[in-house]
Amino acid sequence: MDTKEFLKKLSNGSSVSGFEYGLSDLITSSFKDHTDQITTDKLGNIIMLKKGTEDDSSIKIMIAAHMDEIGLMVKHIEDNGFIRFTNVGGIDPRTIVGQEVVVHGKEDLFGVIGSKPPHLQEPTEIDKAIKMEDMIIDLGYPKEKVLELVSIGDPITIKRDFKSLQGSRVMGKSLDDKAGIAVMYEAMLELSNLKHEADVYFVATVQEEVGTRGAFTSTYSINPDIGIAIDVGFGSTPELPKGATIDMGKGPGITIGGNIHPGLRDQLIEIAKQYNIPYQLEVTPGPTGTDGRAMQITRGGIPTLCLSVPLRYMHTSVEIIDMEDVKNTAKLLAFFISSITRENLEGLLCY
Amino acid sequence: MLLKRLTEAAGVSGNEKEVRDIIIEEIKDHVDELIVDRLGNVIAYKKGKEDSKKLMITAHMDEVGLMITDIDNEGLLKFTTVGGIDKRILVSKPVLIGKNKILGVIGAKPIHLQKREEWQRALNIDQLYIDIGAKNKEEAERLVNIGDYVSFDSQYIEFGDDLIKAKALDNRVGCSLLIELIKETKDIGFYGVFTVMEEIGLVGAGPAAYRVDPDISIILEGTLCYELPNMDEHLVPTSLNKGPAISIMDRTTLYDREFRDRIKKIAEKNNIPYQYRKTSMGGNDSGRIHTTKEGSITTAISVPCRNIHSPTSVMSKKDYKNTYNLLMAILSEYKKGEL
Amino acid sequence: MNFNSQLLMELVNTYGPAGNERLIREYIIGQIKDYVDEIHIDELGNLIARKKGNGKKIMIAAHMDQIGLMVTHIDDKGFLRFTNVGGISPYITLSQQVQFENGTIGIISAEPIDNIAKLKLSNMFIDIGANNKEEAEEKISIGDICVYRSQYNENDNVVFTGSLDDRIGCYVAIETIKQIKEPTNDLYFVFTVQEEVGLRGAKTSAYRIDPDIGIAIDVTGSGDTPKAKTFAVGLNKGTAIKVKDNSIITHPKLRQIMIDVAEKNDIPYQLEVLEYGGTDSGAIHLTKSGVPTGAISIPTRYIHSTVEMVSKSDVQNSIKLLTKVLELQFDF
Repeated sequence: MDTKEFLKKLSNGSSVSGFEYGLSDLITSSFKDHTDQITTDKLGNIIMLKKGTEDDSSIKIMIAAHMDEIGLMVKHIEDNGFIRFTNVGGIDPRTIVGQEVVVHGKEDLFGVIGSKPPHLQEPTEIDKAIKMEDMIIDLGYPKEKVLELVSIGDPITIKRDFKSLQGSRVMGKSLDDKAGIAVMYEAMLELSNLKHEADVYFVATVQEEVGTRGAFTSTYSINPDIGIAIDVGFGSTPELPKGATIDMGKGPGITIGGNIHPGLRDQLIEIAKQYNIPYQLEVTPGPTGTDGRAMQITRGGIPTLCLSVPLRYMHTSVEIIDMEDVKNTAKLLAFFISSITRENLEGLLCY
Repeated sequence: MLLKRLTEAAGVSGNEKEVRDIIIEEIKDHVDELIVDRLGNVIAYKKGKEDSKKLMITAHMDEVGLMITDIDNEGLLKFTTVGGIDKRILVSKPVLIGKNKILGVIGAKPIHLQKREEWQRALNIDQLYIDIGAKNKEEAERLVNIGDYVSFDSQYIEFGDDLIKAKALDNRVGCSLLIELIKETKDIGFYGVFTVMEEIGLVGAGPAAYRVDPDISIILEGTLCYELPNMDEHLVPTSLNKGPAISIMDRTTLYDREFRDRIKKIAEKNNIPYQYRKTSMGGNDSGRIHTTKEGSITTAISVPCRNIHSPTSVMSKKDYKNTYNLLMAILSEYKKGEL
Repeated sequence: MNFNSQLLMELVNTYGPAGNERLIREYIIGQIKDYVDEIHIDELGNLIARKKGNGKKIMIAAHMDQIGLMVTHIDDKGFLRFTNVGGISPYITLSQQVQFENGTIGIISAEPIDNIAKLKLSNMFIDIGANNKEEAEEKISIGDICVYRSQYNENDNVVFTGSLDDRIGCYVAIETIKQIKEPTNDLYFVFTVQEEVGLRGAKTSAYRIDPDIGIAIDVTGSGDTPKAKTFAVGLNKGTAIKVKDNSIITHPKLRQIMIDVAEKNDIPYQLEVLEYGGTDSGAIHLTKSGVPTGAISIPTRYIHSTVEMVSKSDVQNSIKLLTKVLELQFDF
């Protein structure tokens, strides 16, 4: 399957944190032809091993991209059948007013997010953001029918179709971090044509958006020599300071900062230069807030890297990425993995 | 002088190399095992006659600082903070950038061109920049890279009544104490651990504790000190010249009461002045250490430092000496198997 | 199964703030020692009681610590200044009586303030009736922790008293220990420490036990008081099966099993989506390679006050649900 087609299916699917299982089949079936072993762990992380091309490989590289997405959750059902909801992961309530949603109850149900019409508002209200607690979801059914189909705790996603924009840019929901899963997929295909000494563990992690939870447990069980998180970075827009963003279409962001192993980072930059892969630097002095943070502090400490696909309008339902960036991130990742040998690893990790 | 070398070295969180190299050079001939782990922590082991319990003493090597995020068309550098820095202390300070320690100053709009009401407002990070004297972007780019670490340019100076002014006393004072302990003790078995990246979320301590798996840990720190004549006594976290500060509670740890009492008794027995750290704000590596694996006992002993996290931190040599004496007394009890 | 008022009264009246759980731990040991096979106390003070069985290793966690106030300073006149241990509201703290481990009683007052909104713990103090610093220091040292005093009251429907968070969870665990005669599974009942300051005891005890399944027993809020924020959990509507709080999204399979057990045995239950707070389950499920974990919550009004309230029938239903769940054979 073409990577863009794969990403489309991922984006259109639903996988709110804690409810990622809807994507398991799609991911495992897409990876299985090019990997040697696939397991799902106790929290639902999908761990896909692509063995090294040396028979007796002793290096383990773990790649993590999170399969969960931000979303909403049913918290109460009103007497007229309206649904009250809370957020799962970070959501700006202003971005969900007037959206179409899918409530994932016993079956998928269409609904709309409603709020008070302007005519009924006090003049002072118009300048105030609407709070999530004042919004409702209208499924168009009476309470009895809603109770039959919906339970407290059911996840909800914004209804959005993945679409192409101009050139190689695409739009959809939850490209954070399904773009990362797409990078892993493309890197896996690249690696099939390359020699790589290391065993590569591609991990589609769960519950990143609520605290990088899946990365903690999967890193503990794999105990890799190197951990690499693939996530998205803030794509530049006019209102954002340049130092806090990376540009669209100019290749992956390579994170610099305390979360990142300096020796491995230098190697990554070296590989990018060697193969003429465009890249940008992304400065994050402290913990990155990605799966890379969890990896770094697991067990006795794991040397970690983070690669970011530039993405605009993060945590909304109209996220934009450039497919060229996905390709280049995957390429860099594959060539980097291929460059790691038992011989050079110790030197790269040395302080 | 050790503390001078340590405080004048650059070691912003995530870039502790200079400090680490000094430490390794100082201790390597005095320990039985020495490794630098995957995150850059220095883990040293000194053998004892017999160790009843596994003791770990830690000090973090890193300091707060800045990092370059962008170079503008004029060759001025934009930056972000590394660790908890009050943005109001930044303006008009000299700084050193990157491996080659390029000198720069933190500039802002001159007072003449500011409106009266602007004086009332703190300057935000995005209103500040570092000027290295470069003529343009190209010249700046030859000398500075995005992602370079920046530390304050501040000399170690002794002044007043036995006081020291330096940057990074939090926590080079802990490093200095731990180095001295490693050098001066004999036949006492313990792990001396110098951790990385405490200031950006206690990063190194957890993995180090995972590896060492201690029964007891002593965390050495430079801790906050603030005292004014009219201040309510109960709001003074620690005072200068009143001896080492023993922690009771902070955001990361409720310190073990029995162990704390034991240390208090050791101080009293040896006539060493001590004080309690009277605030529950802040935290330190103990938070990660005592909850690693199956859990362990910790205490934190600190040298009070005024103006912590600034280029002009101040501590007292008397407090340093008393802290050192207390630690030696603790170790001698430990040697007797009575800790 | 009758409601064991005596046990609950003693549980809530026994001293045991986070960081100093010795007395409550000793009390609980006395209650359970005849019903369990092994008892272990770990470095941080967690009480781990095992009831051996051949099935899965299940960790059941109820925290025995309570919120408290720690003395940070004793002034010349013998007044004590303090900081909070766990989530303490200054408004609730004003005018409370407090009690120290050695039985010393104090009351809490504040410096004169012109505006009640400026009330902070740092301008409040504890008065133990000492005449001066020396007298105070005979009874109290810096670092000592006191807890709110409160009276135990109950009627046919509810119990109202302090420290139900989480002594009611301890109660549910103790009564469940007594109910289970021949365990199907290998049960580790853990009365954890330091939950109120960040799930610390659960983290280390789960690491030691390395369970196959985790279940936390704790209180949750209620949305059934006048103009309460929307929350679909109320008193007397059954035990609550947790879907989410800030520390966990419970394991979907385990959650469904709990729901199925409740329905099959006609145990009234509610589903809980809590928008704040965390429980020991959050620490347990991230242990080592991950532990499928759920939580049974007891709906509680006025949490972290001296007048917390639970429904007796909800408590009984929580015991029933936990007992039945622990009898199951699990395939994960």
